[in-house]
Amino acid sequence: MTDTSQPPRKGQDFEQVLDKSDTRVASFETRAKSPVERLQHLLHGNPTLVPVIVLLVSIAAFGVIAGGKFFSAFNLTLIMQQVSIIGILAAAQTLIILTAGIDLSVAAIMVLMAVIAGNLAVYSGVPSGIALLIAFAGGAGAGLMNGFLVTKIKLPPFISTLGTWSIFYALNLWLSGAQSIRSQDIDANAPLLKLFGETIAIGSARLTYGSLLMVLIFLVLWYMLNKTAWGRHVYAVGDDKDAAELAGIRTDRTLLSVYALSGLICAIAAWASIGRVGSISPQAFYDGNLQSITAVVIGGISLFGGRGSILGALFGALIVGVFQSGLRLAGVDVLWQVFAIGWLIILAVAIDQWIRKVSA
Amino acid sequence: MQKLMLGTALGLGVMAGGAYAEGTTACLITKTDTNPFFVKMKEGASAKAAEMGITLNTYAGKIDGDVETQVAAVESCIAAGAKGILITPSDSRALAPVVGKAREAGALVIALDTPFEPADVADATFATDNFLAGELIGKWAAAKMGDTSTAKIALLDLNASEISVDYLRDNGFLQGFGVDIKDPKDIGDEDDPRIVGNDVTNGNEEGGRTAMENLLQKDSGVNVVYTINEPAAAGAYEALKAVGLESQALIVSVDGGCPGVQNVKEGVIGATSMQFPLLMASKGIEAISAFAADGTKPQNTEGLDFFNTGVELVTDQPIEGIPSITSEEALQKCWG
Repeated sequence: MTDTSQPPRKGQDFEQVLDKSDTRVASFETRAKSPVERLQHLLHGNPTLVPVIVLLVSIAAFGVIAGGKFFSAFNLTLIMQQVSIIGILAAAQTLIILTAGIDLSVAAIMVLMAVIAGNLAVYSGVPSGIALLIAFAGGAGAGLMNGFLVTKIKLPPFISTLGTWSIFYALNLWLSGAQSIRSQDIDANAPLLKLFGETIAIGSARLTYGSLLMVLIFLVLWYMLNKTAWGRHVYAVGDDKDAAELAGIRTDRTLLSVYALSGLICAIAAWASIGRVGSISPQAFYDGNLQSITAVVIGGISLFGGRGSILGALFGALIVGVFQSGLRLAGVDVLWQVFAIGWLIILAVAIDQWIRKVSA
Repeated sequence: MQKLMLGTALGLGVMAGGAYAEGTTACLITKTDTNPFFVKMKEGASAKAAEMGITLNTYAGKIDGDVETQVAAVESCIAAGAKGILITPSDSRALAPVVGKAREAGALVIALDTPFEPADVADATFATDNFLAGELIGKWAAAKMGDTSTAKIALLDLNASEISVDYLRDNGFLQGFGVDIKDPKDIGDEDDPRIVGNDVTNGNEEGGRTAMENLLQKDSGVNVVYTINEPAAAGAYEALKAVGLESQALIVSVDGGCPGVQNVKEGVIGATSMQFPLLMASKGIEAISAFAADGTKPQNTEGLDFFNTGVELVTDQPIEGIPSITSEEALQKCWG
């Protein structure tokens, strides 16, 4: 029989004081977050917010400094035209950087493919469509070569693409004889090559097909990176390749596909560049690789891989374009434009580092 | 080394013809071996060297401004015992010490196309008179316009470092057009209200287009466009065409490359000043040969601190009083 009337058991003498103690299981010290910390959290959760804010602020600032000539629909769409090629290269560059790599050969692939398409279509009488398809295949092949060096030969991406940059540049000079293909010759023999120079006029705004192509490429890549398994694999590989491998991702295959796609995008950029420049110049875009990296970095994409939104690179490219246009229209000497872009890069990476240090 | 031995062998072969030619080695060092201008220069030098029985070693920097490679090239030439060095310095000042060593070692050093600073670092300079090249197109543009008071001038220059070719052509053009140029070694210090602005092109089509777009943004009434070279001019034309203003502006340029001359023929470029890289190189080889024979050094053109290899105005709209050749004639002489 159980004696139910027995009073609840008390602890021993020395335990009795526990009754008065705090009964919560566990707790964390909380304190009100300062506005700066809240901003840090917000930016950490939305990595594209920084470039969007910088873009809007710089447009507003140059609108005041340089006046109506800057802040017109014509000039703003002109900036889009001017950044379209570097913007597309930045899209290709972002893919590589998201995998914690870097691609120094993007612009060299582009110029080489433009020269190949031009030589075939303008001088050898190959139909333009086929010439372009050959260039696309060539671009993807060039990207695959980078990917092969990175995944199979296990070279660091920096070294692989430093090498292929020179190789592709030399091939370009050999094929072109360092000589431009003139605009008038392209018009006469292969007008399709200049498709992306066509313009849609809306009021005083002048949108070229090339500007629209740039935006389209970013939207498609954004969808692929965020809404498909492949895209999540890219982020996973960039964040921690070993962990991704253990999670069952075929990392080498993912990397190869990223490099091939990046090369293909460079070849598409080649087509767009013919429309933009008018002629095919083997000497143009020599530092396009660095300009594309600049756009990616200013766009808030981490050079350590696995973090950042591809749309950031689009805003990064536009920020550079806005600064260049604004400073020119304000009558600032060229060397100060270079100076300003340098500070932008440092500022962008400094902000990125600060955001990464976000505390709970 | 193999080349050297081959040179000696060739030298022995022609001993009967003239003992002085024995083993004469010359060097050609260009800024790059990609620019058609330097490619043509190399062709000219090689052809002349073969004709005169001189062994020619050629070197080039990887890109414009690649000083280290050029320094190493000069050192190789000294080591090879070259009688003469033809060089287009990538940096007018930085190469002076190594050029001094080459001269001490007994080589004749001739600067081609780009002068040293000061010019007497080298024994001689064979170059285009770039100021005159600019002046010719400036005069032509002014005469073509007639009334220059309504001119709106866009100046498309090379790059931010403002090297001598850049400021000489730019200021030459402005002087020819009738603008007060202030400091002849500075770009953009003019205060003439007819100047819309300066921008840089890196001497290629892409840069030319972007620069022209920027200056049109400053003033869409631009009607005279000076360009540093013909690729930049082709880019400027594309920018004007994109906004339907190609018939409003006169484009002038400098160089004389074949695609540029073709653009003069098709009316894209109004006039261009042609220079002669092939002549610079072949004259250089002749000078080295003469120096090797009896130590004579080349003389400068009177009134200049260099030997002028000539410049000709190319246009299909000739102006009375300004000597010019047609694009048809120019296509026979163009380089690249």
